[in-house]
Amino acid sequence: MTNSSSTPAIRFNQVSRYFGEVKAVDQVDLEVHDGEFFAMLGPSGSGKTTCLRMIAGFDRPTNGEIYLYGQDVSNLPPYERSVNTVFQDYALFPHMNVGDNIAYGLMIKKVPKAEREKRVDEMLDLVQLKGFASRKPSQLSGGQRQRVALARALINHPKVLLLDEPLGALDLKLRQQMQVELKAIQKRVGITFIFVTHDQEEAITMSDRIAVFNHGKIEQVGSPAEIYERPASTFVAGFVGTSNLVSGEVAKRITGSEQTFSIRPEKIHLGQMEQTITTSMLFVNGIIRDVVYLGLYTRYLVEVDGGIDLVVVEQNLKTTSMDVLAARGQKVKLYWQKDHISYVGA
Amino acid sequence: MLTRLSTYFYQRPKLVLWLFLAPPMLYMVVVYLGSLFALLINSFYYIDDFTGLIVREFTLQTYAQIFTPANREIFTRTATMAFFVTIASAIISFPLAYYIAKYASRRLKTWLLIGVTIPLWSSYLVRVYSWKLILAQEGILSYFINLFGLSGLLEWLLSFESFGGSSLALSPLGMFIVFVYIWLPYMIIPIQTALERVPNSLVEASSDLGARPLQTFRTVILPMSFPGVIAGSIFTFSLTLGDFIIPLAIGNSKFFIGQAVYSYQGTAGNIPLAAAMTMGPVAIMIIYLLVARKLGAFDAL
Repeated sequence: MTNSSSTPAIRFNQVSRYFGEVKAVDQVDLEVHDGEFFAMLGPSGSGKTTCLRMIAGFDRPTNGEIYLYGQDVSNLPPYERSVNTVFQDYALFPHMNVGDNIAYGLMIKKVPKAEREKRVDEMLDLVQLKGFASRKPSQLSGGQRQRVALARALINHPKVLLLDEPLGALDLKLRQQMQVELKAIQKRVGITFIFVTHDQEEAITMSDRIAVFNHGKIEQVGSPAEIYERPASTFVAGFVGTSNLVSGEVAKRITGSEQTFSIRPEKIHLGQMEQTITTSMLFVNGIIRDVVYLGLYTRYLVEVDGGIDLVVVEQNLKTTSMDVLAARGQKVKLYWQKDHISYVGA
Repeated sequence: MLTRLSTYFYQRPKLVLWLFLAPPMLYMVVVYLGSLFALLINSFYYIDDFTGLIVREFTLQTYAQIFTPANREIFTRTATMAFFVTIASAIISFPLAYYIAKYASRRLKTWLLIGVTIPLWSSYLVRVYSWKLILAQEGILSYFINLFGLSGLLEWLLSFESFGGSSLALSPLGMFIVFVYIWLPYMIIPIQTALERVPNSLVEASSDLGARPLQTFRTVILPMSFPGVIAGSIFTFSLTLGDFIIPLAIGNSKFFIGQAVYSYQGTAGNIPLAAAMTMGPVAIMIIYLLVARKLGAFDAL
């Protein structure tokens, strides 16, 4: 078995998983590179979790093969794959203390006790839980349990670490802190991380590449910037961040082509009607229908010529709430750079 | 008026609690614990051998009678039977309870649970006596044993003096079979309930961390469901200790605790000794639970 960086850590070859009539995963091809922080992003029921479970071995593909560093593992039980999982509910063993939980994999492999203890200490150090070894999981906070789950998986030096909605149960502040920390830990251990999330912000913050899932298929794979700035489909444009989709007559009026394009709300400028437009810009006129003051920025809903609404977001650099709220009903010119639009498929 | 009454109670939640709790508490304390206490008191009286009357004076001489060789043998015999019945019930129940808790669909689960409890709907006496017929020399069980050519095995088993006899119906082995059958639901249900509370993700996590199914069973499933096994064993063990119908109907003429109590309080009229012998199982159960706690059976509760 080769372990060179050219062999993908995980490769899906036409993988499908059917539950009766339901195609949870439908002919998916996918490559995750060695050492990558890879996100599977999608709404619930999109097949991302089923894919993760098939990599772990909790589920088997109906068709197709899954390769772990070149080895076909499609039909291997979980205990014969060097892949470990951080579960959504952490799945810590309630009848064991933190140290025994972390040492579980080594205990199963009959690693001598002295070495087990040494490695548990290293892991507790890595996840910043020194001195917690004798506590029971029930005595820990959500964030601490998360760290124990991570340590319990990493101590086995898996080839690939799987994380199922790892931060879903944490509150916002802790989640943001753990995002940074997870990323740092991944850099330190150098293991391929694959994590499942429905939170696009989390996917963009942490991952090197993202696969966007919808209806059991992958809509797009790319870096966060590619996904955000060049969404390949209307679904991706809508699911990752907020996006304005313009098609048909209105699209033709703006770009000269009927092809659907997406434009991010923050890329659109609000201008006076007499604003001059350079050739590198696109524009459309409209009336401000609604204004939502959000402190840091303001969201405008602008009805443009042709009858559709565009969302525009502007930072409140010079304006106050009084100013922005008075803008309701004003005629405005919306303009943006040509290269900020992205043509999308259906 | 009603509004004022409900407001009155709303402001006094403790009073409501006491009103609801009083009747069952009264029943518990007076009828349930009271009778047990009466039993305890009686066990310290003794019977006058000459007049056959109960002498209401505190004495330990009734308890001393328990330790006569004949009575000691009754205790050992009953406790041994209860022990093996409990072990067998646990071993038979676990796979079934596991299937019901973890694999059966919602529909199937309902049907299986009904199936497990159906025997409890019919009379216990009828079931015991029908087993007498099943186990009889010319009964249906020996018919099947002969059919499969296993009569040699049966004869060999029945030839043991400790649990054999002239036929299954007249042997401790047959009694054991009937005990296991009768108490099985009381073991399956607690184990199933305990297993129901073991999240599937823990089983997955264990296998994810490299444990084979048997290792997962030993290190995760069994320790986490052990309180259920203990709960079930309390039923099977104590019910076997106290039962007198099955030893009466099945097996040989050797006494079990229940039978001894039955005959002492009935024909012999020796209420104090019957009471003292009843305290035996109570003491055995207390010791049993203390040992179970010491072994960590309740740690995962």
